[in-house]
Amino acid sequence: MVVTFERTLIVMPAFNEEASVADVVTEVFAALPGVGCLVVDDGSTDATVAEATAAGAIVARLPFNLGVGGAMRLGFRYAMDHGFDNVVQIDSDGQHDPGNVPALLEGLASADLVIGARFAGQGDYEVRGPRRWAMRVLAVILSRTTGTKLTDTTSGLKASGPRAVRLFSVTYPAEYLGDTIEALVIGARAGLVIRQLPASMRPRAGGTPSHNPFKAALYLGRAILALGFALVRPTTVEEGGHP
Amino acid sequence: MSPITYIFGIAAALGILLVVVEMLRRGRLRERHAIWWIVAGVLALVIGVFPTVLDWAAGLLGITLPTNLVFFVSIAVLFLVCIQNSAELTKLENKTRTLAEEVTLLSLRLDQLEPKPHSGPLAPPAEQRSVI
Repeated sequence: MVVTFERTLIVMPAFNEEASVADVVTEVFAALPGVGCLVVDDGSTDATVAEATAAGAIVARLPFNLGVGGAMRLGFRYAMDHGFDNVVQIDSDGQHDPGNVPALLEGLASADLVIGARFAGQGDYEVRGPRRWAMRVLAVILSRTTGTKLTDTTSGLKASGPRAVRLFSVTYPAEYLGDTIEALVIGARAGLVIRQLPASMRPRAGGTPSHNPFKAALYLGRAILALGFALVRPTTVEEGGHP
Repeated sequence: MSPITYIFGIAAALGILLVVVEMLRRGRLRERHAIWWIVAGVLALVIGVFPTVLDWAAGLLGITLPTNLVFFVSIAVLFLVCIQNSAELTKLENKTRTLAEEVTLLSLRLDQLEPKPHSGPLAPPAEQRSVI
């Protein structure tokens, strides 16, 4: 199948990522010629905007920090307004390899939302200890909710097809972990077909994932809480959206 | 009950009502946020003027010490005000978020339609700028 990049928008939420954002944008354009690339600056105080602009991305500046969820809903709305069919979310810290994107876009032929998963065979990304158990628990519950086998529910590498873009441009949640866990629940309940494909990850440019057991426990607690509320929330979540 | 205690109760209730009504009058409080404060003030005034109402209500509910009813109602009112404030805050956060997104999209569009002169090669030609 021939994948057309012209109708695809890469959305990169960026918060103080001056060190890596330009490289990622350059890499995106090299790997995916013709693609649209929107960097959503989430209230950065460093040179993220200048770096991203210089690298050739369209840069939207949020007036203050909204979190990944807020930045992504902006991206979905931008895609709607400018006639993009698909939206692919890529982290601006260089963790995701844009080379995975064509495979994800092909996956959209038979799904509305494709997740690039870190533990699905490719790459050498590994998390140990309590954080890993937390991710396992989430994966089991969300697999049941979405009716497909998921192993990595908190991946920031996701491709959304037209139906998902339309849905998320109104309902993408801004709460903590809302952009990963709750978005999946919203999508599943709205009838989106969700799939997972393996994706290779690179070590993060700055910092390593935390292995502090206390933080991991806190993370699990908040994740379960977020998941619980996402599951019992009424399905009509149109309020707070725009007309 | 001494006359001083009696007057003190009424004065306190009137004080609450006075502050709430004055703030409403000056538009510094919307009536939907003031509703529980008004309820509290009116209740306090009624009980201040007719203390027997409190004894009667406590007896009706089987509360031995009438003061406990006062504490219960006070805490209930504070709880309702707090929960209303939290709900209101959430609503405002959602609105702020939507506005922030809207402003960002608009300013992005504006930047694309009329680039700032110093923002690079897309600056408008000189003759266009002089027509003001």
